[in-house]
Amino acid sequence: MTTEIILAGFGGQGILFAGKVLAYCALIDGKEISWLPSYGPEMRGGTANCAVCISDEPIGSPVVSNPDYLIAMNGPSYKKFIDAVKPGGLVLLDNSIVDEVCDRKDVTEVSIPATDLATDAGLNGAANMVLLGRMLAETNLFSMDTVQKAMEKCIPPKRAHLIKANLKAIELGMAQK
Amino acid sequence: MEKSLMKGNEALAEAAIRAGCKCFFGYPITPQTELSAYMAKRMEKAGGVFLQAESEIAAINMVLGAASTGVRAMTSSSSPGVSLKAEGISYMAGSDLPGLIINVQRGGPGLGSIQPAQSDYYQATHAMGHGDFHILVFAPCSVQEMVDTVMLAFDKADQYRIPAMILADGLLGQMMEPVTFPEPRTTLPDKSDWAACGHGNQREHHIINSLFLDAPLLEQKVQERFQRYAIIEANETDAELYQCEDAEIVVTAYGASARVAKSAVTAARQKGIKAGLFRPKTLWPFPKKELCEATKHASQILDVEMSMGQMIDDVRLATSCRLPVTFFGRTGGVIPTPAEVLTEIEKLTGGAA
Repeated sequence: MTTEIILAGFGGQGILFAGKVLAYCALIDGKEISWLPSYGPEMRGGTANCAVCISDEPIGSPVVSNPDYLIAMNGPSYKKFIDAVKPGGLVLLDNSIVDEVCDRKDVTEVSIPATDLATDAGLNGAANMVLLGRMLAETNLFSMDTVQKAMEKCIPPKRAHLIKANLKAIELGMAQK
Repeated sequence: MEKSLMKGNEALAEAAIRAGCKCFFGYPITPQTELSAYMAKRMEKAGGVFLQAESEIAAINMVLGAASTGVRAMTSSSSPGVSLKAEGISYMAGSDLPGLIINVQRGGPGLGSIQPAQSDYYQATHAMGHGDFHILVFAPCSVQEMVDTVMLAFDKADQYRIPAMILADGLLGQMMEPVTFPEPRTTLPDKSDWAACGHGNQREHHIINSLFLDAPLLEQKVQERFQRYAIIEANETDAELYQCEDAEIVVTAYGASARVAKSAVTAARQKGIKAGLFRPKTLWPFPKKELCEATKHASQILDVEMSMGQMIDDVRLATSCRLPVTFFGRTGGVIPTPAEVLTEIEKLTGGAA
């Protein structure tokens, strides 16, 4: 089985990092994975996004046309990808930022004020992890143990103090369910 | 060794250091820049030289100079930058110098786009500069294969005294996949019989040169080189055959587009269509006999590229135009989807038997 995920938002929201955490989780659990970022001018002020494929089989195309899950952290990203989500798929949005309302009835939409939640908890800039946590709670993709190991891989030793904060944000997201 | 996640560009750089590359000369360009950045960070610690040259032309000529002394040297760029290197690559070929050139292709012509493309196939395989010459051209399709190919490319370049190119693209360069690295090379080929590496007046000079004003002498040099090319063509072709055993339609694709094509072939099989994938891992020499083997039972070929169709000429030549070859491609930085390729396969085969 292959799970395809698109994470999208503004450059600077930690979209690529959240994708990397997911990819490392999959690596630790012995899955096949690919992580493909958008790159180029659209990163400067526009939308940044990345596609993550997680599978039991080797990954063919790493380009995701129709994601199973979408994490959208701003309005333009939401509009860009909402119609591409597979029927039956899961959409997570940060409604502290995204005003758009979904009119699709064939996907599950979960809306949480991720940015506000992170800020209120003293975790500025960790809305990405709050949304990721909520996604993990919805999908049971990975255990918290796996997430912790992945975080240790994604954050270099000299910034080790950030591991705890990111894990706290993930737990905050999970607790929203 | 533990698997780590790495971008293709960074993996190429790490692999080169482990292959014993001592000199990297480059000039930044998207979507290749992570390669140079990684080299800038690591090369000095690995006991080598990283130098950001004033231009691509300078960089390739620095590779020529370093390779002349017998060390493993490389440069990397993306399409417009590789065009600038063409002159230096021709000089290297004419001087029988090994060396590695990496092209992380982007859309063209001109400055084009910065998104992934495969429109430099003709340039890499048929005309990477002026004069009668070839270079080795490898086409990996995953981050792990890029690592393995760097090792192989340096070895083969040294073995045959020929420049080698890895023809990657923005997709392979930018994506992350799990990867493991071989142990660093401790022994490298001995080049003391030709390298200009200093000798304290103990032997004749070794001269590295591509200028031969005596026409018959130059003809002889080129002919000798072509005898070496014939050996390479006989021994160094490589390809992956996927589900080709009973395939009625064989899709030909390399690099990133081969990944897209493979997804499409798998989907076609699930629909009962006897499709297969032929993926050349060497583009020069082109794996002709492997393609003939792969298409033994096929009635047609679908060539898929991220270009307007360049490798398709080699596909037709390799199969002596025995089979109809249809083309499907996207260009300018647009990546084809597996669904698009599957639609083409269905159109050509009329769906499942």
